[in-house]
Amino acid sequence: MSVAEAPAPEALPEVHIVPPTPRLVKVLIGLGIFAILVFGFFTPAGKDVTFQLTLGEEALALPDLTLPAKISAIVFSVIALLGAVGALFAARKERPLWPYTTVFGIFFVLGFLSWAVAGNTINLVGLLQGSLLLAVPLVFGAMSGILCERAGVINIAIEGQLLTGAFMAAVVASLTQNAYLGLLAAPLGGLFIGLLLAVFAIKYWVDQVILGVVLNVLAVGLTSFLYGRLLAPNQETWNSPPTFSPIAIPVLSDIPIIGPILFNQNIVVYLMYVIVIIINIALFRTKWGLRVRAVGEHPQAADTVGIKVNSVRFRNVLLGGLVAGLGGAFFTVASVGAFGKEMTAGKGFIALAAVIFGRWKPMGALAAALFFGFADNLQSVLSIIGTPIPSEFMLMTPYLATLLAVAGLVGKVRAPAADGIPYKKS
Amino acid sequence: MTDATTVPDEQKQKKPPSRFRTAMSGTAGITFLSIVMALVIGAFFIAFSDPAVQEASSYLFAKPMDTISAAVTSVVEAYKALLTGMLFDPDATSLVDALKPLSETITMATPLILGGLSVALAFRAGLFNIGAEGQIILGSIFAAYIGFQFNLPWFIHLLLAVVGAFIGGAIWGGIAGFLKAKTGAHEVITTIMLNWIAIYLVAWLLTKPSFLREGRQDPISPPVAESAEYPSIFDEWRVHGGIIVAILAAAGVAWLLDKSTLGFQFRAVGANANAARTAGMNVSRMYLLVMLIAGGLAGLAGSAQVLGTEKSLTGGISAGIGFDAITVALLGRANPWGVVAAGLLFGGLRAGGLNMQTATGTPIDIVLVIQALIVLFIAAPPLVRSVFRLPETGGAGFMQTAKGWNG
Repeated sequence: MSVAEAPAPEALPEVHIVPPTPRLVKVLIGLGIFAILVFGFFTPAGKDVTFQLTLGEEALALPDLTLPAKISAIVFSVIALLGAVGALFAARKERPLWPYTTVFGIFFVLGFLSWAVAGNTINLVGLLQGSLLLAVPLVFGAMSGILCERAGVINIAIEGQLLTGAFMAAVVASLTQNAYLGLLAAPLGGLFIGLLLAVFAIKYWVDQVILGVVLNVLAVGLTSFLYGRLLAPNQETWNSPPTFSPIAIPVLSDIPIIGPILFNQNIVVYLMYVIVIIINIALFRTKWGLRVRAVGEHPQAADTVGIKVNSVRFRNVLLGGLVAGLGGAFFTVASVGAFGKEMTAGKGFIALAAVIFGRWKPMGALAAALFFGFADNLQSVLSIIGTPIPSEFMLMTPYLATLLAVAGLVGKVRAPAADGIPYKKS
Repeated sequence: MTDATTVPDEQKQKKPPSRFRTAMSGTAGITFLSIVMALVIGAFFIAFSDPAVQEASSYLFAKPMDTISAAVTSVVEAYKALLTGMLFDPDATSLVDALKPLSETITMATPLILGGLSVALAFRAGLFNIGAEGQIILGSIFAAYIGFQFNLPWFIHLLLAVVGAFIGGAIWGGIAGFLKAKTGAHEVITTIMLNWIAIYLVAWLLTKPSFLREGRQDPISPPVAESAEYPSIFDEWRVHGGIIVAILAAAGVAWLLDKSTLGFQFRAVGANANAARTAGMNVSRMYLLVMLIAGGLAGLAGSAQVLGTEKSLTGGISAGIGFDAITVALLGRANPWGVVAAGLLFGGLRAGGLNMQTATGTPIDIVLVIQALIVLFIAAPPLVRSVFRLPETGGAGFMQTAKGWNG
């Protein structure tokens, strides 16, 4: 939860007389105390926890870190609480919170792991590497959501866009036996759903939530139908795409811990870095971004100064479709290797959750998606080790976190003002 | 759409549209034409993906008629199997067997109608309940637990399980209503999240000894006691008493919306929440109440699954009914009896689709495509009118009253 508070580069200067304590900080302090009580007291004494810091293939090998579980759980939780208290003082002095919330997040997770893994070994590098991979479709999906919703069109069809993207990538990569061509085709799958979204939302003013739900049904129906008719009977020709292997970036991939996590991944992950950076800069540092945000916040005003509201929206929805479709490629040519019915399994909705949790900001959504990917991977890693927490509850994390976020537990969540309202020139 | 752009001179020369064309441009006509358009597009998908058609198309230019006849055969066979799977089996020897498809249609339609009513009721109060899926799961959990845990006389046990299902769904819907009322959290976001929480909740429960059937590893509960099952007519038919609950619920929702004060308040809030607030209505309370009742209705759909069709709780008990319920409510235009009709149509498509899949090998998923297309078209009447060159009657689609995330 700590990662939700991203820097707010676009915030306008505001006049504060007495800065109120953000609710987020209160929640963090509460969580810190909770961590000391639960992780501290419930970790069995006399057991060790081992953190592995290498995958075993790096040039510079770090030794394993073995700690007494109970003590480390308490120490890490106390540091997390100190981080939260630091955030409190930062909020009082109106300094950015993120260094403190980051400290809180890291040590809260370490405290949690000391408790959950006590008596066992966990590979931190492997855990984080897997988390990043699981976050990839979430990040692409969330970027699609941001592109659409910043321009004022609600996109609930992210799930459908990911699915059609995955399908296109699998089919084209199989037919051509070329993963790169699959990667090129994937955005077209997402574009198809994006086009329908744009036409029906902007031209026919159909309620965008309804539209998104219906387009998801359409995407599931179409891909499952074609899967049953073409792919399943002829797996060899239609559904055996080659997959990308990881590309290690020289030098960078040799950095201990972060090297293997960030710089020994496949091309889709590197594309993700590029796209997030581009969208973040474009949205907040360019004229284009200003127009998009104007259209999403106050279309009448944008129209008055000569911005073509509906063309901006149309373009952005199509762009969103392309990005989510590209993310769909991750499911087939970058991970599983073959298309399966409804294989996105709700990832599009977690991406939507990331958009909301990240407050419609690319960096916020990125942080949320990484957090959700981490929860997902931690769940599968812990289910192998065996833990006190049922894996189903770990899988609920993204949804529970989003539920609490929209309920205002971590501060006010506000969508672009004109999000979801068709613009009718009068 | 076209009339708006023509100059007045041309309009004078144009004949006024015939009564038939005006009628087709109305609500019922648009619905009918939407279904036709969806079936036509579905037919193209069936034809072009058929291996026999693809084979014939390899010599398309030598013998074009082969391709066309192969395509026509493919579509006719598929839709024939769809229709016989919906209504009756002409090859059956006994009347009970011949009407078995109709029984299947009603069986499939029962939870769809109840789920559809849930979405429709919330819709009339201006809320979009995407959470029927989760509410169905909670209703199923409650109904199943009461069903297999207790030993009670027949009718009392059934009644208790059905009421339990209503309460289970109401709790889940109520959470979304409560959050909307207290914090303004958008019900679309909260209900989507609650759906997934419910999916993992039932998965977790079915790993616990109190819910998992003895000797089973897969997620399935003990069977519900016979005293808690919905009664059925013939052993050969799966149709059960749940359909009576569905019809009663439709009548209840119709009464609630059209005849009761509460229903009037719901509709007032749905039409204009600010005006309703100004008129002295407690809008927050209406949001909570309507989500409680809507959740309860979806919970009843869960009872139809657990106490009627499946007879035990499974991990996939909701089977996407909650999402289909949205399309049912939209096709039924959020009108209770419209929902019943739409539920029967989509239930029939589900039942017929299974028959089509076994008889012709056409995957049942085409039904989802058809369903989605129908709703897409009825949501955009101007599109349908322009395809069939119908006059503009000014009846705007009811799905065009969009509110934003912050609304």
